Amino acid sequence: MARKSAETKKDSSSRIATSGQDLVEVKNLVKHFPVSTGLIASLVNRGNIPSVKAVDGVSFTIRRGEVFGLAGESGSGKSTIGRLVLRLYEVTSGQVIFDGIDLKTLSAENMRRMRSRMQIVFQDPLASLNPRMTLGQAIEDPAQIHMPELSSDERHQRVLNILHAVGMNPPESFYNLYPHQISGGQRQRIVLARALITHPELIIADEPIAMADVSVRSILLDLMMKMKKEFDLTYLFITHDLATAKYVCDRIGILYLGKMCEMGDLHEVYDHPLHPYTQALMAAVPVPDPLQRRTTKMPEGEIPNPINPPSGCRFHPRCPLAKEICSQEEPVMRELRPGHTVACHFAEQFLPK
Amino acid sequence: MADDILYSVRNLTVDYKTRGGIVHAVDNVSLDIRRGEILGLVGESGCGKSTFGKALMRLHDGPASIPNGELWFDGQDLMKVPMKDMPAIRGADIGMVFQDPMTSLNPVQSIMEHLTETIQTHEPKVSDAAAHARAEDLVERLGIRHERLKEYPHQMSGGMRQRVMISLALALRAKLVIADEPTTSLDVIVEAKFLDLLKELQEEFNLTILLITHNIGVVAEVCDRVAVMYAAKMVEVGSVEAVFADPKHPYTQGLLRSVPNIKLDEGDLYKMGGEPPSLLHPPTGCRFHPRCPKAMDICSREEPAFESVAGEQLASCWLYQKADGKQKVTNG
Repeated sequence: MARKSAETKKDSSSRIATSGQDLVEVKNLVKHFPVSTGLIASLVNRGNIPSVKAVDGVSFTIRRGEVFGLAGESGSGKSTIGRLVLRLYEVTSGQVIFDGIDLKTLSAENMRRMRSRMQIVFQDPLASLNPRMTLGQAIEDPAQIHMPELSSDERHQRVLNILHAVGMNPPESFYNLYPHQISGGQRQRIVLARALITHPELIIADEPIAMADVSVRSILLDLMMKMKKEFDLTYLFITHDLATAKYVCDRIGILYLGKMCEMGDLHEVYDHPLHPYTQALMAAVPVPDPLQRRTTKMPEGEIPNPINPPSGCRFHPRCPLAKEICSQEEPVMRELRPGHTVACHFAEQFLPK
Repeated sequence: MADDILYSVRNLTVDYKTRGGIVHAVDNVSLDIRRGEILGLVGESGCGKSTFGKALMRLHDGPASIPNGELWFDGQDLMKVPMKDMPAIRGADIGMVFQDPMTSLNPVQSIMEHLTETIQTHEPKVSDAAAHARAEDLVERLGIRHERLKEYPHQMSGGMRQRVMISLALALRAKLVIADEPTTSLDVIVEAKFLDLLKELQEEFNLTILLITHNIGVVAEVCDRVAVMYAAKMVEVGSVEAVFADPKHPYTQGLLRSVPNIKLDEGDLYKMGGEPPSLLHPPTGCRFHPRCPKAMDICSREEPAFESVAGEQLASCWLYQKADGKQKVTNG
């Protein structure tokens, strides 16, 4: 902890006052990826290179100790936001403020130090682990980078402790194994252990259980929740699966095509979805009960091209309620119930009476 | 074979040769597929469900082989059909839809070329004009505007590509479509629409569909019956209503309880201990016994028979059987 406070002092010049309960504050986040075009096209379109508007003005906060879910379909920008929060991508505009520090202002060296406080867990554990490193080496690696003050014995002990914590017991028997020698569920435990070794405050979990089998998923989710308690973690939980989100998230934001369309406490949003897109998304989730088959009709079409997103509300071409204003004017996020915001011109009709 | 059975699989075993020895990826499995039904085949990765689906078309090669089993399709044992005659049956009588349409479609062929080639390979006498007309009718029916037939796979969205895949299966009026994780690469809304389409096709063409999936929710949404595989064995079969209301096999019970349900207000998911076993060294007796909360002595020693436990609901579990070898009547 001594190291951490020293580091914070160093960065005090860039500190921004935030309320103490927010660990992460994301303000008007924008990320556009330029589309590489041919030489001729780039000459013709000089200065006007098309770009994928992956994230286009998203704001939210993650409170200390909560699980904040980001849900959406592919192309909604949820994974890009995860990487922007870690500054694995540079923002096009907007701010990511972590514990009062605008990450954009940090030097490369200070950003590297900062990353010991935030770690990421990806979807595919096999792709996340170096096949030539033993499990022990893989977990120890971040400690070597971020905790040079520890002796190698101390580090080794730390790895064994963390292996034990994630349920890889006895830890010694796993230390020298390679990723291909263990199962997929165990690999994800190793990835989680590696993320935890530096005792981070924030874990960005990008579809952490999407590749696991049903029976393994519930165990991994349970483990993540146990680790949250044990290590005082805050999670940014990125998922396409609203049913799973229900079991882990405290608050949730629903993304569509690079925009936040609805956000609030999980139960509030699930019980009273106010955005037509959230409603469609929730209705589309298959329910494991043959007596509760879906009867609602699904919106037309598929998620549009993020290079030329629709004008106004991005959902309007597929929205069953769309009126003229929806294609002309972009709805802003409005708080219609306490802590529950929605970006829809006509959301009021869905307010519970 | 009863008339309402389209495909009857009996004692099918599929082996893979691996460096570690022979793996029975499907081990002595029997299953009936009824005419006009959507039968869901579920299980976790490595349980053999995809291998089973491919074996129904004898689409196995390289290290895979079928050492024994009968594949009675529409009154004919496909195992007795010479391999050189199988391509005529594949596509024409049994169609297949895979998980990833992008790797199943030819990137340098337009959708129209895919369809006309499929039609004319199996029915060489069909003229170009007639094949085109059939292709147009078919894709319109599946919700693709016929102008889009001249497009190439990369110009279409994932959901559209999956519709093209199913149109290829329907182009020859296949009696059975084997769909292996057809919605796994699709987003939920697109998935929901694809499932709606499957249900419509089932009714309109009296199509029989074997839907292989790991997604229990999808099974509940569209299937008439469900078959559950675990570690290369069939553990339970029955109507979705019966199996979801009253699963008999402890594996099915655990599986259903560990599925997140967006409509239920429950706090925690059920956590099944352990992970599926390696098929190189499967557990003795019932393969689920090391993970089974209800395991008894006999479970590790003897394999239970796959038989009726409640009417048309079949399961292989000692909880419902006596060890004296007396078997109950099987009528599934």
